[in-house]
Amino acid sequence: MKKENIISVLEGVTDPEIPVLSIADLGILRDVEISGNEIIVTITPTYSGCPAMDAIQQDIRKALSINGYEKVKINQVLSPPWTSDWLSAAGKEKLEAFGIAAPSTSHSCAAGGTGSDSPDHCPHCHSKNIEMISRFGSTSCKALYRCLECREPFDYFKCH
Amino acid sequence: MSPFSTYIIHLADNALILGHRNSEWTGHGPILEQDIALSNIALDLIGQSRNLYQLAAERLNSLSPERKSITEDDLAYLRDSTEYKNFVLLEQDNGDWAKTILREFYFSHFQLLQYHGLLNRKDPGLAAISEKSIKEIRYHVKWSSEWVCRLGDGTLESHARMLNALDALNPWIPELFIAADYEKEAAESGLALDPSALYEDWLSMVNTVLANATLPLYPPEKKDAFSLSGKNGFHSEHLGYILAEMQFLQRAYPGCSW
Ligand SMILES: [Zn+2]
Repeated sequence: MKKENIISVLEGVTDPEIPVLSIADLGILRDVEISGNEIIVTITPTYSGCPAMDAIQQDIRKALSINGYEKVKINQVLSPPWTSDWLSAAGKEKLEAFGIAAPSTSHSCAAGGTGSDSPDHCPHCHSKNIEMISRFGSTSCKALYRCLECREPFDYFKCH
Repeated sequence: MSPFSTYIIHLADNALILGHRNSEWTGHGPILEQDIALSNIALDLIGQSRNLYQLAAERLNSLSPERKSITEDDLAYLRDSTEYKNFVLLEQDNGDWAKTILREFYFSHFQLLQYHGLLNRKDPGLAAISEKSIKEIRYHVKWSSEWVCRLGDGTLESHARMLNALDALNPWIPELFIAADYEKEAAESGLALDPSALYEDWLSMVNTVLANATLPLYPPEKKDAFSLSGKNGFHSEHLGYILAEMQFLQRAYPGCSW
């Protein structure tokens, strides 16, 4: 068993609610260890109540099992708490292409993202002329915005 | 049960019962965006309660390895109202939007201070849950504070409704800051927090917002506090109805799981 092979399998596991992002892009996948013939995968939830975590665990088992890895243990950790800073650069690009504004790269969110931050621009037309509709969007990790230029509403992946 | 285990369950019950109450708004919010906001807050709270119940279950199982091991579901679904340790404030009926907002406002400020205090207590499991929860509660504080201003400093109607909400909820506030025996004991051993120490900070935070909202400050001049103590298992009639609904499936089909 090689760790990089296992990681590349896990990079194919996506978030059920934002299917363009893999669990590695999202920073949910924290660690992979090989202990004897067992694989230990460590993951962390984005938000405490993230309803996708059970589905993600099942998807991890399924993906590994299809690739012949049967003995798998999944650890869920809470500390250090997930932050949107862990979103990969590739993940941010995929989000924008999917129509979701990514958290700003200009500052760290881990220290105190309180929702006072806002996206840099509209993911559709890149205008900076935008306004918040609601601090809470279709899932815990997103807020709802509107572009005042192209008039399209869009989701913003919150700085958290 | 050890004082600290009871304390963790108290924290979990608070989060679960308010999460349940807030979730009753799902599909009934005044506008779609706010319906979603409150549903998201409910989800955060129920997620926090799951983490806390898991922590309590782990602790209880390791303290009595000879007993059949219990799970988060046993704690949430198989305890009766006298075993529940949530604040009476949190089980009150939702009333109108103003009452629901005011309760979220009062409690999220309290929870924020409480979890901050728990960051440097002795239990690493509780510290990890606190650290994670704080990030979520900051949103709840911000959102509910904006609404308190909007309603208090809004129309005659919204202001009047906030006054009614203050009358309805203020009598339940003193309980938050009176330590239960298990809380005191766990605080003395460095694991929990004595909530009376949070009162001054809480007061200054909520009163800043209430003043902005042109609403009367806490505490009210007429101090008629109710004497029930939910954290000691003495509840209003509301809790029984909540549990009847929440626990129905698990009572009717014991052991069922998703
Ligand atoms: Zn646009």
